[in-house]
Amino acid sequence: MVATFEHPTIAVCPGCTAAPAERALAGDRGAKDARLMLSVPTIHCAGCISTVERALNAVPGVHTAQVNLTLKRATIDALPGVTAAQLVQTLKDVGFEAHELDATILAATQTDATGRDLLMRLAVAGFAMMNVMLLSVAVWSGADDATRDMMHWISAAIALPAVVFTGRPFYVNAWSALRVGRLNMDVPITLAITLAVATSLYETMHSGEHAYFDAAISLTFFLLAGRYLDHRTRASARSAAQELAALEVPHALLVTTTGTRPVAIAELAMGDRVLVQPGARIPVDGQILIGSSEIDRSLMTGESLPAFAGPGDGVCAGEVNLTGPLRVAVTAAGADTSLRQIADLVAIAESGRSRYTSLADKAAKLYAPGVHILSALAFIGWYLATWDLRISLNIAAAVLIITCPCALGLAVPAVTTAASGRLFRKGLLIKDATAMERLAEIDTVVFDKTGTLTMGAPVPIDLDALTPDAARIALGLAGASAHPLAKALSDALTARMVTPAPLDGITELPGYGVQALWQGQTVRLGRAAWLGAETPDETATFLQIGRQPVTSLRFTDNLRPGAASTVAALKARGLEVIVLSGDTQKAVERFAKEIDIDDFQAEASPAAKIARIAALSAAGRKVLMVGDGLNDTGALAAAHVSLSPASALDAARVASDMVLLGTSLAPVSDAIHTAIRARARIQENFTIATLYNIIAIPIAVAGLATPLAAALAMSASSITVSLNALRVR
Amino acid sequence: MNTLGLLIPISLFLGAVGLAAFWWLLRKGQFDDPDGDAHRILRDDYDDRPKGP
Repeated sequence: MVATFEHPTIAVCPGCTAAPAERALAGDRGAKDARLMLSVPTIHCAGCISTVERALNAVPGVHTAQVNLTLKRATIDALPGVTAAQLVQTLKDVGFEAHELDATILAATQTDATGRDLLMRLAVAGFAMMNVMLLSVAVWSGADDATRDMMHWISAAIALPAVVFTGRPFYVNAWSALRVGRLNMDVPITLAITLAVATSLYETMHSGEHAYFDAAISLTFFLLAGRYLDHRTRASARSAAQELAALEVPHALLVTTTGTRPVAIAELAMGDRVLVQPGARIPVDGQILIGSSEIDRSLMTGESLPAFAGPGDGVCAGEVNLTGPLRVAVTAAGADTSLRQIADLVAIAESGRSRYTSLADKAAKLYAPGVHILSALAFIGWYLATWDLRISLNIAAAVLIITCPCALGLAVPAVTTAASGRLFRKGLLIKDATAMERLAEIDTVVFDKTGTLTMGAPVPIDLDALTPDAARIALGLAGASAHPLAKALSDALTARMVTPAPLDGITELPGYGVQALWQGQTVRLGRAAWLGAETPDETATFLQIGRQPVTSLRFTDNLRPGAASTVAALKARGLEVIVLSGDTQKAVERFAKEIDIDDFQAEASPAAKIARIAALSAAGRKVLMVGDGLNDTGALAAAHVSLSPASALDAARVASDMVLLGTSLAPVSDAIHTAIRARARIQENFTIATLYNIIAIPIAVAGLATPLAAALAMSASSITVSLNALRVR
Repeated sequence: MNTLGLLIPISLFLGAVGLAAFWWLLRKGQFDDPDGDAHRILRDDYDDRPKGP
């Protein structure tokens, strides 16, 4: 899908992509290399790396090609003439599925400044923590008097600058929350660190026995680790949203008195005339003036049959012109097009979606005030009991340190990192940070048909019935057309080692078919009405040789790999599976029978799909919507959680929470399983953190918590939580 | 006490060297593709001669 769009330096004419190598040779020798990026979801071993790099390096104009297996991505430095579409095809030839990525957007996320910054702070915190721990062990094992004071002072010298530097993200967050009068997780963290360092410094100055420098710095370390993991999940979610290059038609060919010139769609006005080449997406809503063709509406409406369109017929932005050039009078451009109206539907559906509060936020809401109250009570209690400010402050600090959410801060990010890593390896990109939690709650799965459960590409089924001559003629005729059915037919016949029959005077009548002369007889391949056959209710094309009766060649839309097993697996899991399609009643009925789904709705408009999802939600259902077309975007946005294949339209991918990178649907049921397990692990982690607090808080309030106990408890709980998270992998 | 005066600076120095090394490796992109690096050593593309410039 994405592959049809060229590198930005090339003109918008679709025909130009055919000869990029020539351009590369023609000039641009001294020009700067362009950087292209491809997503290659199926690479997984050393052999794949070699094959992909070798194939890419062999393309003329390519300087270097580097595969990143972790990100399942290939980065290519090449002359400006080399297009991503060409490289995608190269990889397809060696057996790898690839999609173009938007390199400029990715460049921004790759120099991920925040991530590096967090990692650097984490490294400094780790360094400081190890050294301070080393010194603290000396104190714990019995150093006293001058030695203990010296150890404390050195600890302070390391910990103070380290805490100031590494804890910055928490201080900044806490301050911005406090300024607007709110409490977040960072407020108790900041308070705990500050209080711990301050009281420890006071104790050190007065040769006190207990200093919490190690606690303060290891607290920062563990929390930074959690923060870093969290950031990574979010950053990859964000880049996933931008990752797959935009599939939009930013330009249209405006018909002027002297010819045509490309203009931005925004510049078009009502009444302008635009030329739409075969194979191009229609940029505006309009009416056909000259030319006839067939229009592929599948991404707009879900109809699998291309529709005939001639002068006077209306066309909508987003549809694809298949066979003949069309001259279209603009009736609506920009904000008024049906494309944009669908976008508005999406916006409305999104605003209707209830805001989801993540488990971490729920925990923080309970936790942050609780800790402050507890610590304040401990301080007041001890102050009233002893009238000693030093002891009561020390105890308040100990309570804050002990209760500080090390385990809580790691509980969620550790699990989501492990789980989304697992799903990525299976070929599923998580775009939204809370998508996994929402996925765990679903009880209904709604599928779109065309392009989601099916491949959205026709495959001929009647080839065995053809005589060898008929097959050769069909191939000769089909090879002359760019129509998808003709292409599918010629691919299938070529694969059967059929050689095309020699034909004379091949002419294509856009919107009707192809005709030619074969051994003096007229042979025709095309629409039923053109050949005088009965119009079928399924996708088919017709072949007539001379005066012989018309032969029908029926097409089927193949099931997406893994579709049937996925539906069966979802049903076995006890989920309700529904199909909502814009296709005709008959087509959907037959399909639903084939894949064994009882609940289906055909001829569903985008609004009808949203309405059905809304009705399900109102009935308390949590819906997973899987769809790929523009007609699905509203439904994707309205559903509790949504998923689209990588071949989907840009708008659909933007509206969904997860993107399926490979062709197979099989990861879907695995994703649900992983999400449920991940949620269970998160809840276990909360339980572990709570249990640990139930034991530790009374000890801290009673004033029995030594720095050693605090360090042990903190490390033990953090490690337990992380290990538990790893069980998801 | 004398040994401590020696050992503590040494341990701090060694730690700082490790930290600096990590910082340098991070900047050089050594941690960008851990999975790929693990697999790359297994292939025999550049066994006979190193990859050219």
